[in-house]
Amino acid sequence: MSESAIQLRGLTKTFDAVEAVRGIDLDVGEGELFGFLGPNGAGKSTTINILCTLTKATSGSAVVAGHDVSVERAAVRGRIGLVFQEPTLDTYLTAEQNLHFHGELYGVPRARLRERMDDVLTMVGLSERRKDLVQTFSGGMRRRLEIARGLLHFPKVLFLDEPTIGLDPQTRAAIWDYVGKLRQTEDITIFVTTHYMEEAEYCDRIAIIDGGEIVAIDTPEALKGTIGADRVQIHTNDDDAAIAQLGDRLGVDAAVHEGMVTFAVPQGAQFVPRLFAALNVEINTVTITRPSLDDVFMAYTGRTIRDAEESGGSQHPFRLMAGKR
Amino acid sequence: MTTRTDTPAVPIVPVAAGPAHELRSAMMVWRREMVRFRHDRARMIVMLLQPLLFLFVMGTGLSSIVETGGDVDFRTFLFPGVLAMSVLFSAAFAGVSLVWDREFGFLREMLVAPVSKFAIIGGKCLGGSTVATLQSVVLLALAGLVGVPYNPMLMIQLLGLLFVGAFMLTALGVLLSARIKQIQTAMPTSQLIIMPMMFLSGALFPMANLPDWLAVLTKLNPLTYVVQPMRAAIFDHMDVPDGARELLDPSITWFGATIPVGVQILVAAGFAVAVLTAGVLAFKRTD
Repeated sequence: MSESAIQLRGLTKTFDAVEAVRGIDLDVGEGELFGFLGPNGAGKSTTINILCTLTKATSGSAVVAGHDVSVERAAVRGRIGLVFQEPTLDTYLTAEQNLHFHGELYGVPRARLRERMDDVLTMVGLSERRKDLVQTFSGGMRRRLEIARGLLHFPKVLFLDEPTIGLDPQTRAAIWDYVGKLRQTEDITIFVTTHYMEEAEYCDRIAIIDGGEIVAIDTPEALKGTIGADRVQIHTNDDDAAIAQLGDRLGVDAAVHEGMVTFAVPQGAQFVPRLFAALNVEINTVTITRPSLDDVFMAYTGRTIRDAEESGGSQHPFRLMAGKR
Repeated sequence: MTTRTDTPAVPIVPVAAGPAHELRSAMMVWRREMVRFRHDRARMIVMLLQPLLFLFVMGTGLSSIVETGGDVDFRTFLFPGVLAMSVLFSAAFAGVSLVWDREFGFLREMLVAPVSKFAIIGGKCLGGSTVATLQSVVLLALAGLVGVPYNPMLMIQLLGLLFVGAFMLTALGVLLSARIKQIQTAMPTSQLIIMPMMFLSGALFPMANLPDWLAVLTKLNPLTYVVQPMRAAIFDHMDVPDGARELLDPSITWFGATIPVGVQILVAAGFAVAVLTAGVLAFKRTD
C-alpha cells in the first residue's frame, strides 16, 4: 500500500557551474495528488525533466513507476503521462487523430484503443468535438485534450506541468474539476507543478522548492498550521518610517511586498488598535489575512510567489520599472 | 502480445517495446503525413505549377536552340528532369516541416514517446517521400504530351526511382531541421542545397561534352544517380537513334569505367540511407 510512485534520493543536477538541483529526497505515494511549488529558476522544471527522462541527473537516483529513470528510460516513458506547459498537439489533425497517434506510439493494443479513446474523451468532455480539427479548439479545450492524451496509455503517473497557465479563472477551475474526477476513475498518481497558490490547495501534499532544495513538504493544512500567524498588509504614505516604527515600537519585522508594508503577527485583528496607537505615519488601509499557502511560501522562501516571479524571470522587460523600494 | 483482454476492468499494460512496436510507430508517423496531405490540397496544386512551367514553357522555348541530335523532342529529354525536380522540392519541404513540428510542439510529443528516434525520423522520411511521389503521379499522367510512352513497366520504374530520390531529399530536409531551429532560416537553406543539386544532376541539360570541372561535380552529386537512371529507363522504352542517345543520355563513368544502372541506383539508395542515419544521430544529440 505504502509503495512509492516516485522516489528520489540525493538527486542533483549541475549545469556548467550552476547547481540547479542540490540533493532532493522525495517519496510520492501511489494514488497521491502531489503539488510541486516553486518560483522560476528554483529547480522545478529541471526536476520534472529528470523524472520524465528528458534530462539526466548529475548524481543521485530517481525511480518512477518502479523503474530507474536513468537506465530504463523506455520503461519509464511508457508508464508516465506528460502534459507540458507548452502545447504539443498537431492542430492540423482532429482530436481523435491526435489521440490515435499517441495510442499507436505508446503501444496501446489496437483492440482496446478505440474504447479507451472514447473513455478519455468523455472524461474531459470532448466527445462531441472528437472529429473537429484541433485548430478550432479554445485554449481550455486543447488543455483538456492534452490531459486526455496523457491518460490514454494507462500511465501509472501523470505529470502536469503548469496545467492551467494562461487560462482564464473559469477554465482553470474546470481543469481542476476534471483532474479531481479522473482521480476517481483512474488508478493514478498525479504530480503537478503550479504557481497558482490557490490551486495548490487541491493537492494531497505539496513540496516547496527553492534554490534547488525542498524547503517544506506536507499537506496544505499542516503547512498553513506551521505559520501560526496572520498576515497584515498596510498602505501608508511613508513605508520606510512605518517599517522602522514597527520594528522599534512593536518589535515586528516588516518588509514591502506587493507594494504594501507586510508583516506577520499571531492575532491580526487584535493587533490593529496597537498598530494605530504606535505608528505616527498615516495608514490608509489595513488588510488582515488568515494564513494561506502564499504565507507558507513566503515564510519558507522569504518572498511571495509574485515577488519571486518578478525577480526570477530575468527576461521580464518591466523588471526595472516594477517599483521595487 | 500476451495481454489478456478477458478482464476489461483492469487497465492493460501497453506493449511499447520490440521491432513490432517500432514498425507500428513508424507507420503511424507515416500516416500522419498522409492525413495532413489530404487536408492540404492547395499545396499539391501549387507544387505542380512550377514543374509544368519548366516542362512546357522553358522546354518549348529551349527546344528551338538545343541540339538533340535527331528527332527526339527536347521536352522528352527534359521530362525525367522535371519529374525529379517536382519531387525534390516537395520532399525537401516535407523534411524541413520538422522545424514546424518543433515550433508547434508536436515534435516533443513524438520524441518523448517510448520509441526509438529511428522509427520517428524513418517514418517521417517515408511519409514525406510518399507524399512527394504521389504528387508526381499527376505529372506522370502527362507523359504522352511530350512523347513518353505510357508503358506500365516504365511507369513503375519511374515511380520507384522518384521514391528513392524523394527519400534522399526528405532525409536531407530532416537533417537540416535537426540543426536549424527557425523556419525562416530552414526554407532558404534547403533551397540553397536543392538548387545546385538540381542543376548538377543533368535534369535540365545534357551531360555529354561538359567541361571537366562540371563533369566531376555532376558525378559527385547523389541526385545524378536518380535522374540518369530515369532518363535511361525512358529512352529504353523508346526508339532513340544511337547518336541522339549518346548525346542526351551518356553513360556515367568513374575513372573511365562505365557504371551500370543498377549500381547507380545503389549509390542513390545508399546515400539516402546515410543521410537518414545522420539525421537520426543529429536528433539524438540535440532534441
